[in-house]
Amino acid sequence: MQQLLNGLFLGSLYALFAIGFTLVFGILDRLNLAHPAVFAAAAFVGIELVAVGGLSIWVALPLVALVGAVLGLIIERVAFRPLKGRPDAHFAGLISSIGLGGMVIALLLWRYGPDTRRFPIEAFPTQTFEVLGARVTVLQAALLVISVVLMAGLTWLVARTRLGRAMRAVAENPRAATVLGINVDRVTATTFALSSALGAVAGALFAMNVNSAQLGMGSAIELKGLAVIIVGGMGSLPGALVGGLVLGLAEVFAVQYIGSSWRDLVAFGLLFLLLVVRPQGLFGSRRVREV
Amino acid sequence: MNTTLKMLAGTGALALVLTACGGGDGGGDSGGDGGELVGSGSGDSCTIDSPVPVGAVVSLTGAAASYGESQRKGLELAAEKLAENEGVTYDLKIEDDATDPKQGITVFEDLTKDRSVIIGPTLSNTAFQAQPIAQEAGVPVLAISNTADGITAQGDYIFRDSLTEAQVIPQTVEVAKEHFGLEKVVVMYSNDDAFTESGYKVFDQALQDQGVEILDTLTFSKADTDFRALLTEAKGQDPDAVVVSGLIEAAIPLVTQARELGIDVPIIGGNGFNNPKLMSDSGEAAEGVVVGAAWNSASEGDLNKAFLADFEEKYDGQPDQFAAQAYTGMFVVDAAVRANCSGEPDDIRDGLTTIKDLDTVLGTFSINADRDAEHQAVVQIVEDGSFKPLN
Repeated sequence: MQQLLNGLFLGSLYALFAIGFTLVFGILDRLNLAHPAVFAAAAFVGIELVAVGGLSIWVALPLVALVGAVLGLIIERVAFRPLKGRPDAHFAGLISSIGLGGMVIALLLWRYGPDTRRFPIEAFPTQTFEVLGARVTVLQAALLVISVVLMAGLTWLVARTRLGRAMRAVAENPRAATVLGINVDRVTATTFALSSALGAVAGALFAMNVNSAQLGMGSAIELKGLAVIIVGGMGSLPGALVGGLVLGLAEVFAVQYIGSSWRDLVAFGLLFLLLVVRPQGLFGSRRVREV
Repeated sequence: MNTTLKMLAGTGALALVLTACGGGDGGGDSGGDGGELVGSGSGDSCTIDSPVPVGAVVSLTGAAASYGESQRKGLELAAEKLAENEGVTYDLKIEDDATDPKQGITVFEDLTKDRSVIIGPTLSNTAFQAQPIAQEAGVPVLAISNTADGITAQGDYIFRDSLTEAQVIPQTVEVAKEHFGLEKVVVMYSNDDAFTESGYKVFDQALQDQGVEILDTLTFSKADTDFRALLTEAKGQDPDAVVVSGLIEAAIPLVTQARELGIDVPIIGGNGFNNPKLMSDSGEAAEGVVVGAAWNSASEGDLNKAFLADFEEKYDGQPDQFAAQAYTGMFVVDAAVRANCSGEPDDIRDGLTTIKDLDTVLGTFSINADRDAEHQAVVQIVEDGSFKPLN
């Protein structure tokens, strides 16, 4: 039971990270590889807000999301928009976002130094409670709730709102969307802001969950995030959610049943098998593009 | 004989009695480049005209940056103290290996060109790959934190002033077993780092020698921060203690999460746990962590008290073992230089082999035939937020 919960907490963070990743991909068909840098930056900013600003972690979270959104706008403006007309825009965007991500990390290094940083211990609620014999901290429970609410909110936004419809229209065909009177640039920018805000919240929550933030934390989760969105079906939101949970649970149960040394092998092996069986991913489809 | 300098020099002089020539003609003027580093006199009367070029390689950035930073402080403080001595001065150049063996190699190549001795590098991992360069160039290396097996076996120019895990861990296990009545433990270690891997092997051997049953062995990666799955697994085995060989970056989240999951038994750590950050960053969770150490911060020795006071004054903080070993490293080099009154690499190497019963902040210090350090270890437990001796 404890392991199931461990896997759920871990998986929900993977999912939250991956869902931001996949949102941009689903709409623009671009991979934003600066996403992991936003993830790391958010953790550091979150710690700064709590440790220096004296805010409670619950107040810091929305602020972190805001910072993430701003970063997303910058990423879109700097790394993607200038290149969007080029015939090789996919690759150019990929590379320029790697570059921008590297710059963000370099700025973090300059600002915060190389050390692992942590939230002050007093910042966390200390109570733990038992669920069916498993120990859960208030923070973990909150983390799961926040992740689920954010992901549900995003799904609702994409499926039901005017903005969501515009996003889906852009995903389908940007030119046609323009003809229909949709401001494609604005929708694109909003998508980036949303995506990065989610990545930022994921980063801050991840840092809270393990109480440490390192400059390399983004690259550590980057591959897992990519694996999750590929397994989930590129561009599929529910796919990213389920994919994240599957990966989290696979890692935890690999430790329990097979052995800790085999964790990554088992987890990634499972994902690989899944892809062999279902190349389009869990929720992906080959023709229809989803948001 | 109550100052640091005189004690050190005195020991040096002992070794020098045989070689001390009348010297003292003071005519060391421009006898060619090679001659400037060879001085006259012996022990504390040794005089060398040029500053002895000392290189240090520590990890100022990257995963091991917190250790490297301590080492830098220890080295600089020691250089400052040594500058107060008559006769020999040191030109200390500290380089960053960025916790990356590749950069370590580059920096070693650079330093072997104009340095007489190299201190460092911070991690055993880097040491294994970079040291052969110095060995080949004939420049002695004094490791100040490397505890993995086989470091000094790489060549006759490689020395260390840090106790190996093989020296500290068996004492730790013995004392902990006696104190807590350990019968069965779970062992955890990160299997992608030379240092923690070698620490694990020693723990494994020591536990077997002491007749403590190992219920399970769990591995993680040095970059991991979420240990809940492993710890849940460990908790399920109901051990008397959890034994961990990992670096401080892993130690802090590991200890915090262990307590969070309700693991209340002692956590016995390797050298990586031996860092005041453990208490400052994991707070109450660190209580009951047991660590063997090479340096007893609470030692009442005069040298140690002076070191603590000087460090506090210069950096406004407490030194850790890495700072103490780095500090000692400079003094060991000084003793080696004064032994033959020469700053030439080969003479420093020979000097290092003669170091015996040197009084240092680590205690009475010798270098043995394997070029490893020998001195007393201490087993500590975290109580009320600080390390207390357990034995």
